[in-house]
Order: sequence, then C-alpha cells, then structure tokens
Amino acid sequence: MATKASRSAARLMISPAVVLLLGWMLIPLCMTVYFSFLRFNLLNPGDNPFVGWENYRWFVTDPSFSAAMINTLVLVGGVLLITTIGGIMFALLLDQPMWGQGLIRIMVIAPFFVMPTVGALVWKNMFMNPVNGIFGHIAQSLGAAPIDFFSSIPLLSIVLIVSWQWLPFATLILLTAFQSLDQEQLEAAEMDGASWFNRFWYIMLPHLARAITVVILIQTIFLLSIFAEILVTTNGGPGVATTNLTYLIYVSSLLQYDVGMGSAGGVIAIILANIVAIFLMRMIGKNLDA
Amino acid sequence: MGRIALKQVQKSFGDVTVIPPLDLEIDDGEFVVFVGPSGCGKSTLLRLIAGLEDTTSGTIEIDGTDATGLPPAKRGLAMVFQSYALYPHMSVRKNIAFPMKMAGMDQAEQERRIAAAAKALNLTDYLDRRPGQLSGGQRQRVAIGRAIVREPAAFLFDEPLSNLDAALRVGMRMEISELHKKLDTTMVYVTHDQVEAMTMADKIVVLQAGVIEQVGSPLELYRAPRNKFVAGFIGSPKMNLIEGELANEHGCRTIGIRPEHVEVSTTEGQWQGTVGIAEHLGSDTFIHIHGVPGCDPLTVRADGEVSVRHGDTVFLTPRQNLIHRFDDNGMRIE
Repeated sequence: MATKASRSAARLMISPAVVLLLGWMLIPLCMTVYFSFLRFNLLNPGDNPFVGWENYRWFVTDPSFSAAMINTLVLVGGVLLITTIGGIMFALLLDQPMWGQGLIRIMVIAPFFVMPTVGALVWKNMFMNPVNGIFGHIAQSLGAAPIDFFSSIPLLSIVLIVSWQWLPFATLILLTAFQSLDQEQLEAAEMDGASWFNRFWYIMLPHLARAITVVILIQTIFLLSIFAEILVTTNGGPGVATTNLTYLIYVSSLLQYDVGMGSAGGVIAIILANIVAIFLMRMIGKNLDA
Repeated sequence: MGRIALKQVQKSFGDVTVIPPLDLEIDDGEFVVFVGPSGCGKSTLLRLIAGLEDTTSGTIEIDGTDATGLPPAKRGLAMVFQSYALYPHMSVRKNIAFPMKMAGMDQAEQERRIAAAAKALNLTDYLDRRPGQLSGGQRQRVAIGRAIVREPAAFLFDEPLSNLDAALRVGMRMEISELHKKLDTTMVYVTHDQVEAMTMADKIVVLQAGVIEQVGSPLELYRAPRNKFVAGFIGSPKMNLIEGELANEHGCRTIGIRPEHVEVSTTEGQWQGTVGIAEHLGSDTFIHIHGVPGCDPLTVRADGEVSVRHGDTVFLTPRQNLIHRFDDNGMRIE
C-alpha cells in the first residue's frame, strides 16, 4: 500500500462506502434541522410555513423541558454512580479464584443480553408490582406496606432498572482491568506495609482509572438516550416525573403530532450531547493518553 | 540486625513438593546468593522468606523470633522484584515514599530519607518523573531506593538484573555490591546467572529441584564442588566432565577438569583431539575439542593469541592436582 497508484486506488475504492455513510448521516440530520424551522403539525396537513426560531422558543419554555433536563441528568448521574461503584465491587469479587467461576461470570453478565423492553417489563411486573411483585411479597411478609415503586419513587425505579442493565457492562470492563494489574505491584505494596484498603486505594484504583473513564464515556452516550425502559414502565409519568429529553421529543413529535417541535427538540438534544461529549473528553480524555 | 534461619522449611503446591524440608542459616550482614537453574525453587524460597508464600511446614526465624506466621509487612524485610514492580501512576518521589507513608512516618523524616536515597542512587534529577519515563537501570535504582528507605533488616532481590542489557547488568552488579558494603545489611539475592553469584556473593547457595546442593563461599564452590551438579554449574565455561576409560585411570566414575586447567599444545600432551570451534574473546580463546574419549566436546581455555584452526590436531595436558573425581552417585571423592 505504499505506492502512489495503490494509494489512490484505495481511495477510489473506499469512496462509495464513505459517500453512502455520509449521506446516511447527513440527510436525516439536515432534514431534522430543516423541519425544526417549519410549523409542521401532522394534524394540520398542507401548509408548512417557515417560522424561524418559534419551535425552539416553545420547546425550551415548555415547563416539561426543564423537568426533562433535570430528569435526564439524575438518570444519567444515578446510573453512572451505581454501575461504576457496583461494577468495581463485582469485579473485585469475580477476580477472586472460586469454584464455578465461569458460570458465575456468565450469570453476572446475563442482564446485558436481555432486551431493554423485556428487562424493564420483568422488573415492572415481577419485582416492583405492589401486588404481584417479589418486593411487595417481601414487604408484606415482614409486615410492612408494599411500596408502589412507579408512583411513589418513579425516577429511582427507572434508575434501578437501567443500572441493573448496565452493571454487567461496567463489571466486564473493570474485571478485565483488574486482571491486567501486575501482581508483583500488589506484592510490592504488601511488602511495603500497605493494608488491603491502602492497596485498593493507592494501587488498584489508579490502575482502574482508565477503565473507569471508558465506562463513564460509553455509558453516558447510551444513557442520554434511554427510552424503551420509560415507555414500557411509566410512560414518562406520573406527570413528567420520569420524562427525559428523549421521551419529551417522542411526546412532542408522535403524541402531539408536532414534527416541527420534535425536530427542534432533537436538534437541542444533539447539541447537548455534543457539549457533554466535549466536556467529558476534555475532562477525562487526558486520562486516556497517559 | 538481619539473621535469618530456615528450619525444616517445606513448601508444596497441592501434591507437588517444590521444596523438600530444608535448613539454612543466613548471618547478619551477609550477601547470600541463591543460584540454580530455572524452576529449582530459588524464587519460591525467597518468597517464603518474604512471607509472600506460606510455608507448608517448618519455621522461619528472623533475628531469633519466629516469623513463620507473620505477614510480609511485619517481617522488616524489603524486596526488589524482577519486574521492579514500581507504581506506574506515582512519581519516583512518591514511589520511594510509599513504604514510609504506609508506616505513617513523619514528613520531614520522609523527605530526609528520600533525599539521602536519591543522592546515593543518582536519582536526584529524576524524582518528579514517572517510572514510565525512566530507563531500565534507573527503574532498577528506584526499586532499590524504595527498599533502602525502610532501613530493613534484610534485602531480598528476586533476579533484579535479568531485565537489563549486558553492559548495564555489569554496572548494576557493582552498584549493588557497593551498596552492600556501605549499608552492611543482610542481602539475599536470587539469580540463575552463576557469574552474578560468583562476583557478588559472600555465600552461595546452589539449589537444584528445591534441594540445597552446596553452601559455601564462591571460591570454596569453585575449588571443591561437592558433586557433579555444582561442578557443572559453577564456573564459566563449564567444567568438562569426562567418563569412561580416562576416568577409570583415576579410579572413579567421572573426572572433572576446568577448561582453564588444561594445557594446550600442538606438539605433545596426554590427550589428543581435533579443534572444532574456537571462540576468540581477545583475552582468552575457548577451544572446543573433539575426539577425547568420554567427553565431546571438551572445552579448554587457551591464550588469546593462540593460533589454532578448525580441524587442527592438538594435544592436551590436564593439571593433575586440579582434577576433580566423582563417584557413582556423582559425589566428590577427596
């Protein structure tokens, strides 16, 4: 691949794929931006006048918008916190030599293979349902009133379900990081008089820093667009208690048939996601260089 | 103080006995080298002393007190690992300070010891670098620095020079020897390189399959190897072990003669052979000679300027008083 001719041939041959992918990405993006400047409601077909920033103004001033922003942040932050800390603990446990290690590892990873809708429905009907759910039964057998998860603590319930789904991912990444830790370093620290906690704090955790960065980065991208779990459990409610930005866009464009408004929300979401991505890259990107 | 005594120490992994019961005394201030081929249990023995492995049975005493059950940190020993085991995310300063920080030592005292260690090991200019930015020799010195600031009862070295290139290895060998002279602390050093053992040790412990074959000063081992294994292991190039007819003349199963104790002549001598490969080192020439019954090839050390060519016929005369004799079990006959 070193000669000039072979290099230009390579460019020529790769160009159809590049053009196709570019079109695939650019056309929907441009159309979303275009729609966001139109008054485009499916209930009033025909005339779609250009209205400038009107859609954006309405979307941002909608009281559910600020609620959705806060919910999105709580959802992402809560799940990140639980999966990172829980993932480190699980990885520590799974790194120990024990009987049936392979089977246990597969079981821990299993939730990741369950579809989000299915997982959320199982949680909704079999665990968190106050009448039929296991948690309800446990509460009753202890003499306490069962908690109605989706009406009393709706957002926390969603956080729990999503954490359950993403915990295996964090565990898997962090476990491989643990396994790549040089055992001689731990032995050296042991000789140096470090207790287990000190070895964890000064040797293991810094070693995990890079893996934790990867976990946070990848999960943030996926958690910003959580949708299925909300749709099948709470439908964004009660009120707007579990409506995040993605769900709000769905409500405007598909429940209120307002394509223009939905598109404006979509563009805002793209901009926000990029701001978060740049922020994260800046903040933890230097961790990846070292 | 750093007296270490192993009494009937045994180590098994499952059904496999790595070290059968073994006794060893290491005196205060001694430089002891464990040497042996790969897999002979020398590193395991060191890790038993360090406390990184549990003994299956037997006791380890450090300065007269039983340390068998003590965790590594409580034994007052410092270890330098083969991979150096530096903490990659800490600066050199923090690496060296780590054991003192764990011991909760006073900050000013920490600074003083770091400065002293850095000065002794030529690391003063590198204190704020990370281990990844250092060369192999510098990393080695940081690992030693981390060990000496603790002022341990004894240092344990686990093949510390095997990751360095040949030139650096010679330099570090000298530095460790000088460090031992200066600190006068017990050092236990594991290596598979008999040159390191010969040049550094006060006392060499030759191990094979977990069994101590011989303990003694380098020259004792060189002059009077207790058996064929030690004879072949100590000395470079290896001792020639001759069996058969020539050995029978000396009334034993095997005779051994070191390459440097054989005279080479092109005109006359006791044994005759043809020259195979000649390694010209400048100062010496190692000639591999074929055709001597019972030992093929037989290595001799000749003068650097000797002119022999492949296929030449040469005559060899061993120095009679330097022939080692071994019996049927491979043990030395005095």
